[in-house]
Amino acid sequence: MYIYDDYDHQILRERVAQFRDQTARFLAGELKPEEFLPLRLQNGLYVQRLAPMLRINVPYGMLNSTQLRRLAHIARHYDKGYCHVSTRQNIQFNWPDLTEVPDILTELAEVQMHGTQSSGNCIRNTTSDQFAGVAEDEIIDPRPYCEIIRQWSTFHPEFAFLPRKFKIAVTGSQQDRAAVQVHDIGLQLIVKDSGEVGFKVYVGGGLGRTPVIGSAIRDFLPEEHLLSYLEAILRIYNQYGRRDNKFKARIKILVRAMTPEIFAQEVEAEWLHLKDGYNKLTQAEIDRAKSFFTQPPYAIVDANAAQAQLDVQASEQPAFGKWLQRNVRGHKIPGYAAVTLSLKPTGVAPGDITDTQLEIIANLADEFSFGEARTTHEQNIVLADVKKTDLFTLWQKAKQAGFATPNIGTITDIICCPGGDFCSLANAKSIPIAESIQRQFEDMDYVYDLGDIDLNISGCMNACGHHHVGHIGILGVDKKGEEFYQVQLGGSASNDASLGDVLGPSFGADDMPAVIQKLVDVYVENRTDEELFIDTYRRIGATPFKERVYAKAH
Amino acid sequence: MPKLIKDGAIVEDSWTLLAKPEGEAASVEVPAGQVIVPLGVWLTQKARLQTRQDIGVWLDSDETASQLGDDARALPLVAVNFPVFMDGRSFSTARLLRERYGFTGELRAVGNFIRDQLCYLRRCGVNAFAFAREDINLEDALKSLGDFSEYYQASVDQPLPLFRRRA
Repeated sequence: MYIYDDYDHQILRERVAQFRDQTARFLAGELKPEEFLPLRLQNGLYVQRLAPMLRINVPYGMLNSTQLRRLAHIARHYDKGYCHVSTRQNIQFNWPDLTEVPDILTELAEVQMHGTQSSGNCIRNTTSDQFAGVAEDEIIDPRPYCEIIRQWSTFHPEFAFLPRKFKIAVTGSQQDRAAVQVHDIGLQLIVKDSGEVGFKVYVGGGLGRTPVIGSAIRDFLPEEHLLSYLEAILRIYNQYGRRDNKFKARIKILVRAMTPEIFAQEVEAEWLHLKDGYNKLTQAEIDRAKSFFTQPPYAIVDANAAQAQLDVQASEQPAFGKWLQRNVRGHKIPGYAAVTLSLKPTGVAPGDITDTQLEIIANLADEFSFGEARTTHEQNIVLADVKKTDLFTLWQKAKQAGFATPNIGTITDIICCPGGDFCSLANAKSIPIAESIQRQFEDMDYVYDLGDIDLNISGCMNACGHHHVGHIGILGVDKKGEEFYQVQLGGSASNDASLGDVLGPSFGADDMPAVIQKLVDVYVENRTDEELFIDTYRRIGATPFKERVYAKAH
Repeated sequence: MPKLIKDGAIVEDSWTLLAKPEGEAASVEVPAGQVIVPLGVWLTQKARLQTRQDIGVWLDSDETASQLGDDARALPLVAVNFPVFMDGRSFSTARLLRERYGFTGELRAVGNFIRDQLCYLRRCGVNAFAFAREDINLEDALKSLGDFSEYYQASVDQPLPLFRRRA
């Protein structure tokens, strides 16, 4: 994991001091509310429906146990004893007091954390694959590049007042778990046969009001040109992105208006001026970044013996077997596994986590995973480096703490924004919908039989719950003050990224569990042996689903 | 005489900023003395204005550094305007004037930028700050110029990114 040096600490301390002064000037009436607004946003502070919300960056999802304990302390001391893992791998506190925010940020800075640029019209936290560095299908670890981007984008003087927010994601695996094609910039790491490392560059993807799959504007960008190329893209966007209408201000609108081809030409022309400047990465810098993401001191584990033992334990305890199947995945080191702790037990808002649970995760990370944990954009927590011989003990402890719901990747592992219960943008609540669907699908054997289904819920068209790219997507809409839910089918955030199709007229909240059940029934009745929900949908199309859901009652 | 911040000090402003004309830029009469003219006036009256040593040019936020281009090199002053402080285009304009078009004179921010943008503007090459609002306490505002003393990125004030300077 990256460790701050004196430079990083100094820069962050200066930022905290700057915001402390800005907050004081605002409270003293010296800074107008409309001037304070973007400043507080760029330090992670929103004003929500009921209270402020403070969003803390978790750079590309990486956390250590010290940070987890500090987050627990903040949840307990400054908040109501819990926080929330967001769909961009960040941590959100829902009830901080504005006057205490500078103190919270000071406490976070001590453990190398902050809320800077977690909101506002600037470059946001760079996100990545939660299995970076351990995935079996990994081509190259994306985290050193994420860190290089983090430093370049942090307090970038030219790009702090962009037309709109700007999100970058990086993947280094064959399977894209970072949803790079629905980001403002998506970077897919590539290693050529010659050994040369570079990126395929996607631009102009995004969800929200106008969902768009990103366009590839460069098939191979050599790694040393990463920053100059990003700077060229951002400069074109900063100069030409629309500023007259915030709903048309994202880069996707500019790319579409110019066409991806012309946009790419503009970027390339700008880049020619920049590519051999001082931003060109040195091998020393790439090596330095990589030095923070070396392998931890893995033990030698007899992988076969460990697996044999797991098989016995799974047969004796079927619940453990299910957990192994759903929440544990392979690791590039034989004898090790990556474990996902589910933050989606029925009845808890997806992604919510208490102070005590954070401390338990810190302890589990220390005991089983070299003191590190990761947040996921599906709103769960990963312990990435667990010895297979430790899995049974870890399962028992996770179960006790409420993290062992064996539902990862299933229909009840719902991605869900905070929705109308918290968010002032929302048109409708989303958490109660998630819960009612979880209750509809409580029979875990049945849920396993359904296989992987991404069900994503957003409480408004800003799409924080990524509903466009759910196999089943649910969007809360407001009709004359009443909350309704539109259903979309066929979305995907993976390599075969696609946007869902709207099924038809929306439904009332009470109807939703039955509607989802009908959709699942159509899948079960039509699937072939090897098909997942998304495959069946792509093969048979929307009509059978529509007919079932909108059938007149006899 | 109004005051502004220049090179980290509060000084008197000897320049007059000419507003954008309602009508034809070509027919605007540019008065004598130190005048900052709109880009349109400069472009249409360049032949005449070039002979004077006391002409500056201001770019609005929807005008780009490339429109002034190499003309910048010979000018004593170029200003970049902030119609509203959230309009960040002038940050790019400033950098381009310094880094691509070789402008070495006074680069001045004008309009509705706010004090909290001073440090970033300075990093982008702006060295003079003329607030549109008259109630700004310039002594206080000066403090924001130094909000940061160390940076990750390459920019005008520090062409070497931190990764090239890290010990």
